[in-house]
Amino acid sequence: MLRYVLRRLALSLITLLILIAVIFLLTRVFPSDPARQLAGPFGSQERVDQLNADLGLKDPMITQFGRLLRDVVTLDFGESYSQPGERVLDLIRPRLWNSAKLVLFALVLTLPISIVGGIVAARKKDTLLDRTIVNIGLASSSIPEFVSGVLLQYVIGVRLGWLPAVTNIPEGSSIITELRYLLLPALAIVFVYFGYIARITRAGTITALDADYTRTAFMKGLSTRSVVRKHVLRNSLQPTVAVTGTQIGYLFGGLVGLEVVFNYPGLGLLILNAATAPDFPLLQAGVITVAIIFMLCTLGADILIAYMNPRARMNIKES
Amino acid sequence: MTVTEPAGIADRGDPTTAALAVQNLELAYEVRGVPREVLRDVTFQIRPGEAFGLVGESGCGKSTTAYAALRYLPDNAVVQGGAVLANGVDILKMSTGELRDFRSSQASMVYQDPVQAMNPALKIGRQVAECYQILGQSKSEAMESAGDALRRVKIADPVRVLDRYPHQLSGGMLQRVVIAMALSGDPKLLVLDEPTTGLDATVEAEVLDLVRDLREETNAAILLIAHNLGVIRSMCDRVGVMYAGRIVEEGNAQVVFDNPEHPYTKGLLNAIPRSGVRKTDRALFTIPGNLPLIGTPLPTCVYVDRCPLADDLCRTEVPPVVPVGDGHWSRCHHIDRMAQIVEPDAQITEYDIGTDNVIQLNGVSKTFRQRGHDVPALVSVDLGFHEGETLGLVGESGSGKSTLAKTLLGIHSPDSGGTITLRGREMQSKATDRIAESTRAISMVFQNPDSALNRMWTVRRILKRTLTKLTDVQGAEADRRVEELAEAMRLSPRHLDMRPRQLSGGLKQRVAIARAFAGNPDVVVCDEPTSALDVSVQAAILNLLANLQNDERTSYLFITHDIGVVRYLADRIAVMYLGRIMEIGSTDVMFSEVNHPYTEALLSAVPSVDGEAENRIPLTGEIPSPANPPSGCVFHTRCHRVIEGLCEVTEPAMQELSPGHRIKCHLTVEQLSVPVEITEAATLATLAD
Repeated sequence: MLRYVLRRLALSLITLLILIAVIFLLTRVFPSDPARQLAGPFGSQERVDQLNADLGLKDPMITQFGRLLRDVVTLDFGESYSQPGERVLDLIRPRLWNSAKLVLFALVLTLPISIVGGIVAARKKDTLLDRTIVNIGLASSSIPEFVSGVLLQYVIGVRLGWLPAVTNIPEGSSIITELRYLLLPALAIVFVYFGYIARITRAGTITALDADYTRTAFMKGLSTRSVVRKHVLRNSLQPTVAVTGTQIGYLFGGLVGLEVVFNYPGLGLLILNAATAPDFPLLQAGVITVAIIFMLCTLGADILIAYMNPRARMNIKES
Repeated sequence: MTVTEPAGIADRGDPTTAALAVQNLELAYEVRGVPREVLRDVTFQIRPGEAFGLVGESGCGKSTTAYAALRYLPDNAVVQGGAVLANGVDILKMSTGELRDFRSSQASMVYQDPVQAMNPALKIGRQVAECYQILGQSKSEAMESAGDALRRVKIADPVRVLDRYPHQLSGGMLQRVVIAMALSGDPKLLVLDEPTTGLDATVEAEVLDLVRDLREETNAAILLIAHNLGVIRSMCDRVGVMYAGRIVEEGNAQVVFDNPEHPYTKGLLNAIPRSGVRKTDRALFTIPGNLPLIGTPLPTCVYVDRCPLADDLCRTEVPPVVPVGDGHWSRCHHIDRMAQIVEPDAQITEYDIGTDNVIQLNGVSKTFRQRGHDVPALVSVDLGFHEGETLGLVGESGSGKSTLAKTLLGIHSPDSGGTITLRGREMQSKATDRIAESTRAISMVFQNPDSALNRMWTVRRILKRTLTKLTDVQGAEADRRVEELAEAMRLSPRHLDMRPRQLSGGLKQRVAIARAFAGNPDVVVCDEPTSALDVSVQAAILNLLANLQNDERTSYLFITHDIGVVRYLADRIAVMYLGRIMEIGSTDVMFSEVNHPYTEALLSAVPSVDGEAENRIPLTGEIPSPANPPSGCVFHTRCHRVIEGLCEVTEPAMQELSPGHRIKCHLTVEQLSVPVEITEAATLATLAD
């Protein structure tokens, strides 16, 4: 198992390296002149040249890339271009924390109901209950989260006034208050992911329930409860884990629409602003942060699957 | 429907003391609200300690009966009548809790595919111990019991096996584990559903030996489901023959197989290539028509549409149960006319075999690279076959049979040094590099016609495409050839416009054979072409292959695990082990003279429907990994005639015992003729590594 984890970790690092290279090249393609931008439209040419020299923007590409790698390793991305004087890392840290709060809260709400929903649907396959679960899931995941976000915001936040409509959480709020503020955007995420995760859980569970080993378990004289708990879930939840792993990574950086709607300062919004500024150090650092989180989540999912499925970890080990 | 109280059945004694008494069971599967009958008035009893077999072709209801005996039925199953008594208690009326107790301590099951029957995510120990935990043992006690259970099924190293995952064990080993689990509750009834189907003959024999030993030890009643009549004959006291959901004949297994009293039983037995019958002697007996589809209403005799004895009486009245001997009965109106069903006439066909080799393999080796290791799958194979000849290729799975076929076809390219010649001209090793003539000359028939035919195409299109690709025949001429081809395969013109899914298994295989013959090939590689088919269909396919060969003088490389089939069809037989040909000789010689020890063990493993009891030679251990073949003679690790100090050192050369009969062995004919003694240790199952 340890060898498997190390191996997967090494593979992840290689992928990350490739990703950093791609991000680096993409930011160089932008038709803009950061030094001119920093110097301002009335800055002198000497000032621009000076900035270019200071920031190393005219150095060979390979030198610049090497610097970026060093920045990643030391977690020091320098100063922001768009907000001079601010360290990039200090800009990212609170945003990362905000995104994490929202995503984790949404997952805590989504995973139990969608997994239970999927298992129930599978157990009651082709009944009214099954169809209801599947169709509710289908309908709710077909609405983008920022659309359901707007609806929730308007109906529950504005008309009914039950929950705060925007997420301007006051400084020093208790955790309960914070969660109250986050509930509406989190619900929008629940709507999208319930159907998705429930469907995958349902499919996996149906396969496992039909499997011969499940029959063996029933024939041993186990109760349905024990069969599902001891034999079915371990096999049926593997696709769910895999999908959830990749989706968490996506949620960290991909909730721009929702963050706009609720005016929530998350990573997505930060990256969007950095891209439109453009603020290269911030943009690079933001995207790399999301990439690292994505990598860690998939890695976590893979390790969990390897724990659940001996074949997955052993095949890797032997090769 | 009139139900006659079967006289023969009534004789069986008190149903309340039987380990299992299935009484007038009527069962249907509901499909879109319509019940489709699967079991029709099934009645039989198994006494404690008795072994009862159910035989029949696929779809006859034997597996449904087996699962009904433990009340494990799909949700759409509807019991329309009857009872299933286990020691007098109707299990169909049990509560869920009672049923669980029944399954954990009264009855258990062994399944067809042991690899699928074990949970891939859990260690063997946990899965076996679970059976004992259900019985109330603590975790550590249960693990202790699990070790004992594995020892009981003759696993040599239970502690190591307990610590493994299912995918780390062979099929034979896993089936022992499944049997160990089945025995955990000391069951009074053991249901075995095709327990050896899919296992190699040698492993099958081991598993059957084990079940036989355990039966004496436990006194459990056994219900054995098998399509292999030899297995049933060698294992069971009594047998029931099922057709279309009804038991049509029941009696002592030996009596029923030697003197069948129902036309279906007789047809089934005659369709098997047995008693050493060869294609040169006579064609195989075939049963016309197909099994009725599930749910077809069969108001009178279920076999009437395929029965050679059927008359108006059979079409109007349900045949009664007619006792024909002690506990032997048959559901037939015309038991007195049974002698009218005769086997096909002897034909004494001279198969015209040429003298020149069509295909010649010289020193062909194939080494795969796997994880940085060399895995020799074929080692210096020399093999040739003549025009119009069938060369049978046998050996356990993993012996290299399929690799040989694929290398011949150009799917794998052999290692440098080896050559394959077609009529004396060397062929390119890769199929894509071969000239059109070489591609046309070799074709293949696969085991499973379902996946070998394009599901979206009509039969006509499949055949025409092959024909126009491989030959110069085009346009209207090709259409005409397709029709001729279909006719030669006994396919009717209307089949040409059907798609594969509309055809039965036998018809699909005919289409596959038609396609193989479309380019008028010199050699057809047949890879287990009948093993997915029912016996009655297999007979027709074998007859077809034999006739085509006689007409077209085509050569066959016939890969099979069925000794009866290869004996019937092959002119010569080659036996493979770990990528090497260990023995080759004409079919007659192979079955009459001394054999290579490996062949000897293989042949002794086959359960015969003719009941010729033979001393079975167990193969010790599992087939070694080709990546790490044993030193000297590769077979020495499992050989019962091994000579210490010689066999593990020197690899034997091929020696010719008589003209054309060669074996790769150090032993002389005299040494090979000495009967062998079997030690207890040789029957233990050991891990491969």
